[in-house]
Amino acid sequence: MSLNIEKLRGLFPILHQEVHGKPLVYFDNAATTQKPQAVIDALTGYYQHDNANIHRGAHALADRSTQYFESTREAVRDFIHAKEAAEIILTKGTTESINLVAATFGRKFIGEGDEIIISTLEHHSNIVPWQMLCQENGAILKVIPINDAGEIEYDEFLKLLSKRTKLVSIVHASNALGTINPVKEIIAKAHEVGARVLLDGAQSTSHLTVDVQALDCDFLAFSAHKLYGPTGLGVLYGKREILESMPPYQGGGEMIKEVSFDGTTYNEIPFKFEAGTPNIGDVIAFKKALDFIQDLGKDAIKAHEDELLQYAAEQLSEIKGFIPVGVAKDKVSVLSFCINGMHPFDVGVMLDARGIAVRTGHHCTQPLMKRLGLEGTVRASFAVYNTKSEIDVLADAVQKIARIKNK
Amino acid sequence: MDIKEVQEEIISEFDILGDDKESTIFYIMELGGNLDAFPEEQKTEENIIKGCQSKVWLTASEEDGKVHFHADSNTDITKGLISLLIRVLSGRKPSEIAYADLYFIDKIGMGSIIGSQRSNGLAAMIKQMKLYALAFDAKLNAGI
Repeated sequence: MSLNIEKLRGLFPILHQEVHGKPLVYFDNAATTQKPQAVIDALTGYYQHDNANIHRGAHALADRSTQYFESTREAVRDFIHAKEAAEIILTKGTTESINLVAATFGRKFIGEGDEIIISTLEHHSNIVPWQMLCQENGAILKVIPINDAGEIEYDEFLKLLSKRTKLVSIVHASNALGTINPVKEIIAKAHEVGARVLLDGAQSTSHLTVDVQALDCDFLAFSAHKLYGPTGLGVLYGKREILESMPPYQGGGEMIKEVSFDGTTYNEIPFKFEAGTPNIGDVIAFKKALDFIQDLGKDAIKAHEDELLQYAAEQLSEIKGFIPVGVAKDKVSVLSFCINGMHPFDVGVMLDARGIAVRTGHHCTQPLMKRLGLEGTVRASFAVYNTKSEIDVLADAVQKIARIKNK
Repeated sequence: MDIKEVQEEIISEFDILGDDKESTIFYIMELGGNLDAFPEEQKTEENIIKGCQSKVWLTASEEDGKVHFHADSNTDITKGLISLLIRVLSGRKPSEIAYADLYFIDKIGMGSIIGSQRSNGLAAMIKQMKLYALAFDAKLNAGI
């Protein structure tokens, strides 16, 4: 069933404004999505009615907050089809989720001479934590190359796999190019050599159905704010047996069972990894974002976004000087491009003058940009509330901008 | 014209453009096209201004007690911004440059045109130009 986009746009108050005297066209969704009114209401509602610290208080507000907080954990479980809510750890975001795995699983199970495989498509947050770990413990980082279309070279991945591989940490969908990686095959192959697999789902979870049991991934990291939810909140999914075998991440309240000056015993998962008072209000509001997505249905969202991506690619490719960057066969709704003779920054500023919000630069993927021989790109990324008429506005602006250097 | 007069001239030019951001940007890019050609061999790491998102190369020379700036960038908007700075500061005495109050930047609403990140870059450019001026000032005073 196709979505009623005009009605849906009504749920997002921020979209209805002018920027530099022009109607806002928000195409920076891969950076962060906008929030529906229900999420905003849940956040303010929490502070108006329910605010209390969770899990420990012996009073009505604490009970209520705890119940709402834990119901988000259950909603996340359902969203990624994890076996149990205890496998859902709430973090600050994808970056912290990956760092948590590096600092706990990495320190305990990856040693000198062991290998970690990532790909050329990775965001810095799925590169740097592993580099830091390798510096610390003498492990070796291996990188899967890509072809010119922006797809990983699967055969090269197979060559990199060996008994020394302890972890494959790979992006599900590229933030810079939109490429969707064949993660199911990658996970199966990695498991054959006994390696664990972490999926960076920051970009995939908002567009694709991600079923951790069907994929059989060992870890999945993603952020609430790219899923129409609040900022400063993320998820780390991990299989129970792995999470249980990992040492705690940070020490403090909540993560302990018993503390004495002779020693401390740690709490059960997920609490073992959630030291300190969490981001309660945002966690509670996040449930409304998940409800929003589930109500629309991932298939309907994907169908609409695919249509937008295809339409945008068609409209823009007719423009003289337009150079698409990343033309993988399988993509989420990210359109990266350059304009012949122009710096992406200049293009971004000129689009902003027309009320169009895009991201320009290296998109925190400098090694990828180096591989492509580019300093950066202009990236338009589409969400469920975007429309074809907004793409017309973009195409019209790009045409005018491109003409400056491409007569 | 002194530094103040040049700044007033720029402010009145931008006044004519009005509030339309797009025409302002096109104008800035056009200004960038007027920059003197910058020698490729001087596009070195040493001449790059740190703190700019886009690449900016800046050199300075002194002749008869006046400082002359030459600069280039890989983005057209930045080139336009540099050309404005050069128009105000180049060919002046080091002390004039070092202590110049560059109020025209705020007056023409540059912050909202280029955004906060680029504003940092612009500040880095100004700082580097003033540092050059101070160095030449010290050199001239020392009679070297």
